[in-house]
Amino acid sequence: MAALSDLELEAIRLSLRVAFWSVATSLPAGLLVAWLLARCRFPGRLLLDGLVHLPLVVPPVVIGYILLVLMGRRGPIGAWLYDTFGVTLIFTWRGAALAAAVMAFPLMVRAMRLSLEAVDRRLEAAARTLGATPLDVFLTVTLPLMSPGILVGTVLAFARSLGEFGATITFVSNIPGETRTIPVAIYTLTQTPDGDAAALRLSIVSILLALGALAMSEILARTLHRRIGGPHA
Amino acid sequence: MLEVALRARRGDFVLDAAFEAPARGILALFGRSGSGKTTIATMLAGLLRPETGRIALDGAVLFDSAGRVDLAPERRRIGYVFQEGRLFPHLTARGNLLYGWRRTEKARRRLNPERVFALLGLDGLLGRRPGTLSGGEQQRVAIGRALLSNPSLLILDEPLSSLDPARRAEILPFIERLRDDLALPIVYVSHDMGELLRLADRAVLMAEGRVAAVGTVEDILGRLDLAALTGMHEVAVVLEARVVGQDEAFHLTRLSFAGGELRVPRLELPAGTSVRVRVNARDVSIALTAPSAVSILNIVSGTVVEIAPADGAQVHVRLDVGTPLWARITARSVHDLELRPGGPVYAMIKAVAIDARDVVRARPA
Repeated sequence: MAALSDLELEAIRLSLRVAFWSVATSLPAGLLVAWLLARCRFPGRLLLDGLVHLPLVVPPVVIGYILLVLMGRRGPIGAWLYDTFGVTLIFTWRGAALAAAVMAFPLMVRAMRLSLEAVDRRLEAAARTLGATPLDVFLTVTLPLMSPGILVGTVLAFARSLGEFGATITFVSNIPGETRTIPVAIYTLTQTPDGDAAALRLSIVSILLALGALAMSEILARTLHRRIGGPHA
Repeated sequence: MLEVALRARRGDFVLDAAFEAPARGILALFGRSGSGKTTIATMLAGLLRPETGRIALDGAVLFDSAGRVDLAPERRRIGYVFQEGRLFPHLTARGNLLYGWRRTEKARRRLNPERVFALLGLDGLLGRRPGTLSGGEQQRVAIGRALLSNPSLLILDEPLSSLDPARRAEILPFIERLRDDLALPIVYVSHDMGELLRLADRAVLMAEGRVAAVGTVEDILGRLDLAALTGMHEVAVVLEARVVGQDEAFHLTRLSFAGGELRVPRLELPAGTSVRVRVNARDVSIALTAPSAVSILNIVSGTVVEIAPADGAQVHVRLDVGTPLWARITARSVHDLELRPGGPVYAMIKAVAIDARDVVRARPA
């Protein structure tokens, strides 16, 4: 099998960049939502829970279309973003990152929420009696204890972002070098005569990237578990 | 002074407790499980909010529902040692120990880590993770961690209950050292009579969410009406005594107390040691004349103070032999001896009944 072509390399680099920014920007929001769902009781909590999980059950193309309506140049949010910050999402790699982030969000929140629910709140109470403010407790007790969940959520979201297709192609289309990520590139190649070899190469790269991410998360999660749980954990 | 008045309701359980006690030495919150003692401790620390009430420590108001004061736990300066240790699993023993210390203003740091490590024998454990420590070691680290936050009051919430007897014996001396070496008031939550006797100066006796009695340990254990609440089937008194010497030939130890001298099975304690001795009412009998030719070694003279109402065949008689003493005798004997308050009697205390478990070292004078 021949080496990767420049176009293929470009798709890989773009995919990594999109997935990285997708995860990096949704991480704080994911933590916040996981916190709200795990720890807070408020009206509309079930609605929030449902909204967050929507991308898991709705066809990706629908999510892409919703993004198009909301975030397009004339959409309510898209227009505001453009007028205020001069930022365009539609047909840009940033839009691709947003689409990937929305699609990966339920996975991220779920992992974080589970790990947050598993944190022993009695340890947090103990920290309070030792003079730590609630924020201090969150940073020095809660966050370290839920770190394996954060890691797992991040990796899952990263892998999901690498594979995002439906919402991406609907929202930001298929522009080489801008929004043509690995899955979009593979789709394009399968529609092209003589594209089979390249599609196969990118598919293998795609699998390797996913496996690599999972392996790395496994190793890191073990290290973290050892560090926070001792040998009995 | 620790002033506490708390009301709260959780399901069927109603807490309605008020007491005041000097904020020094060890104050036991004593009672059966479910009596509300841990709830009070949790409220003192600010981890649970009472519906109404007031908590003040040495004049500083920590909680007052009328004045809308409710200090956050981190601002109350109350150290808390939990039943289950609650060490942070992601930190080493050292990280745990210094967690509160690092959050204490420099000016308030009266205890330094080296002193606490030495006091609790922690030097060999510092680099280890909580998961690798034994239960007893974990509890020592938990105590050290609370101490190093330099609290104004330390709460020990049944710190021995999760440990087996051998580990308890390992921790008890450390708690005694806290009491004796540091001028730190301690609230000790317990349902164990042995711990109460050994450690506490004063006690708040809790029953079903209410305060049944507040006072010195001697007073509370000596009160007949509280016997059922203290979980003791035996009414007993606690005598403050001092080791006078050993009777080597007969394996006895001589103790002196306010009523005279007491000989008990040999204790491995040097002369001059202060001890507290529990004497059960059933091991005390009464004679009207100085008995001779009896097997009982300990005979002291005194007067009858009170004759409690008969409970079936048995009657508890309170004596004053220079210090209070309960005797449990039959109603028949009371009748035959014509006992009445004020009458002079001799109390006979059975020496073999007092074993090492009834004698604990008291705090050094």
